[in-house]
Amino acid sequence: MASRVIAITSAGLVTALVAIPLFAVFSRAGGIATLGAGDWLAFRFTVWQAALSAFLSCVFAIPAARALHRQRFRGREALITLLGAPFILPVIVAILGLLAVFGREGMLSQVLMLVGLPRIQVYGLQGILLAHVFFNLPLAIRLILQGWQEVPAERFRLAAQLGLGSRAMFRVVEGPLLKKALPGAFLVIFVVCLSSFAVALTLGGGPRATTVELAIYQAFRFDFDIGKAATLAVVQLVFVGFAAAILLRLVGTPASDVGLGRAQVVFQKQTWARMLLDFGVIAFVAAFLMLPIASIVFSGVFELTSLPPSVFRAAGHSLTVALVSTGLCIAFAIPLATFRLGQMVSLFGFALSPLVLGTGLFLLIQPYANPFDLALVVTCVTNALMALPFAVRAIGPAYSQINADYARTADMLSLDGWARWRWLYLPRLRRPIGFSAGLAAALSMGDLGVIVLFADPDRATLPLQMYRLMSAYQMDAASGAALLLLALSLGLFWIFDQGGRRGFGA
Amino acid sequence: MKASIFAAGLLAATTAVAQAQTLTVYAPDYFTSEWGPGPTIEAEFEKVCGCDLDFVPGDLLPRIMLEGQNTRADIVIGLNTDVTAKARSTGLFAEHGQDNSLLELPIEWTDNTFLPFDWAYVSFVYDATKIDTTPTSFEELRSMPVDQKIVIQDPRSSISGLALVLWVKAVYGDEAEAFWADLAPRILTVTKGWSEAYGLFTDGEAPMVLSYNTSPAYHIAFEDDVTKKASIFSEGHYGFFELVAKTATTDNPELADQFMTFVLSDAFQSAIPMTNFSYPSAQPSSEWPEVFASLPAPDKALFFSEDEAEAVRAEAIEEWRRALSQ
Repeated sequence: MASRVIAITSAGLVTALVAIPLFAVFSRAGGIATLGAGDWLAFRFTVWQAALSAFLSCVFAIPAARALHRQRFRGREALITLLGAPFILPVIVAILGLLAVFGREGMLSQVLMLVGLPRIQVYGLQGILLAHVFFNLPLAIRLILQGWQEVPAERFRLAAQLGLGSRAMFRVVEGPLLKKALPGAFLVIFVVCLSSFAVALTLGGGPRATTVELAIYQAFRFDFDIGKAATLAVVQLVFVGFAAAILLRLVGTPASDVGLGRAQVVFQKQTWARMLLDFGVIAFVAAFLMLPIASIVFSGVFELTSLPPSVFRAAGHSLTVALVSTGLCIAFAIPLATFRLGQMVSLFGFALSPLVLGTGLFLLIQPYANPFDLALVVTCVTNALMALPFAVRAIGPAYSQINADYARTADMLSLDGWARWRWLYLPRLRRPIGFSAGLAAALSMGDLGVIVLFADPDRATLPLQMYRLMSAYQMDAASGAALLLLALSLGLFWIFDQGGRRGFGA
Repeated sequence: MKASIFAAGLLAATTAVAQAQTLTVYAPDYFTSEWGPGPTIEAEFEKVCGCDLDFVPGDLLPRIMLEGQNTRADIVIGLNTDVTAKARSTGLFAEHGQDNSLLELPIEWTDNTFLPFDWAYVSFVYDATKIDTTPTSFEELRSMPVDQKIVIQDPRSSISGLALVLWVKAVYGDEAEAFWADLAPRILTVTKGWSEAYGLFTDGEAPMVLSYNTSPAYHIAFEDDVTKKASIFSEGHYGFFELVAKTATTDNPELADQFMTFVLSDAFQSAIPMTNFSYPSAQPSSEWPEVFASLPAPDKALFFSEDEAEAVRAEAIEEWRRALSQ
């Protein structure tokens, strides 16, 4: 079957893109390195904070996604798009934005001190969790909300007709949909938090919060012990593999749950208590996520007009990279989303430290070409790899559901090959594909990934230009560039996401 | 779009061959950016060399280590004294061939491979509107009010963070860990690099940050802000020197030599202060811009030679880590 061949080829390609550079690093280093006690401590801390962060993000996302699903209000669409902003912020911008609100001199501390209370003590494990939930709650909300949206409208109508109470509703409708959406959401967020470095260190308050990624960076930058960097990266990769194998098994194969594909309408009875709860949750989440964003907007907006032209040229390069990466990402994501092994493979590109991946690619390219000439190409490919797990997470569950619902009918009609995709999958995958494309585009706008080894002297990207402004003490102009980056990322995200939703009652 | 980029690359490659000579200079990103010294230096050098100076930005040490003998660099500029041991051990660098006595540094320079092109003292910079007691020594720093917070950089990921750890080691020796234990409650947080820390400082999150004694020059010159100041410590300050070197593999040795000579010339040296916010390495203070000449500076420079730095580095970082992990 042609689609099977494409699926396996894609998985093979992605595996090769991760494995060959890794192999190149090891063969250059002359083998694996032994890890010390400090490394294992860092490893334990990394896994612990990542698991906690993923758990909390998912826990908070459940009531938020439910509220956003149950309540229809003016500006709901815009709010859902805006809530995605933290996820696509460059790390350094997010840190400064978060601390402007939750820091020692932040907005909240100022308010607390006005009424005679002590400041917030943000630095520590609590700070790491706060930051990671800030980044990942939007992703969790979107992935879980999508679970809600995949439930056929008829089911909600039936539940309403039967007058199911909250508990029965949870058992019959919400429980099963959460069981389907949560393991995957937990998994990607866990993997995102594993690679945390600057955020964990800064918000964690110092070396107590040493993560594996920091150890990799140190081995690479200062000790130039690339064998050690690669060994650490592999240990991390193996762990991600195990976590993925366990969690993806939990998802199971969905049962047939077919409806008429009608737009969802809210059938549940609106009670005051429920509305109060839902809008309370929405207001809380919106405030938590939007206050730091507001502070980023506020500190950058007056700088926008005085940004040098080079910043706008850089924005152009970043847009090109983002669009190419998005195309690549989606081209890989669709076939990989169709089988469990593919879903696992999709995680590896993200789980491998970008420094190690970059080093491997550099070693591979260097004998044949000047790596700097290929800087943009490499950036496009690695950015696509980085965004892959999110796209696959969004597309995978929807694909399995379509199969559970319609595969038999399609088989009976001998709907095969391209026709099956054209008439069965693609129309029904439009929303997750749109969302994934938006995410991929936004993420590659902000990503610095492998740029340390592949900086193109003539075609800087926007995040790089922002860092350059910071290094030149121009913190104000850098806030302007950060805001431009945020606006462009969100804009791209919005366009793709909307494109995916058109024609569906979202 | 991609095809046109590719075509442009091909075109650029062929024209470069047609041209006389290209000097490839590896430099850190901040150096080559339009706000750094790179553009001025490129223009000035091209005026006198009749060649094309090509800056290649990025992370220096990992890249030359990866490239080894195949490096395309003729010149590497922007390395720092605390990591040169590793760079030197590659045998990739040739003697700089310049007269070290032309240098105007607070320490004696005897290295014939790596040549300093700028320098500054590692210092704590503070906001005078937010701080009550300005420490004038490490002893005062370790006993200043606990709610007067500092942001520093991690010595495991940041070169300025490493310089601080070496500075403390130079002052306290075996007592360094005790010093860090005392300072720990005053450290608000530790960042990956200088930019994060300095951003927190200018955002007002902390009134004091680890930076350089030359940092206030930016705020004075470009923002008319005289409230950002460097604390000068009586124990002396660690010197931070940025270096340039010529590769042994260069196929343009004469041009590379010409550049090394150019580094010590006025055209290069005068470009440094206002673009890199550091002191030029071969100009007496009388020739510095007024704002630099009037900056407070310590009487005494502390410095570990590259071998000393390499010898104490692991231990100094471990002491720092232990004390701050309590």
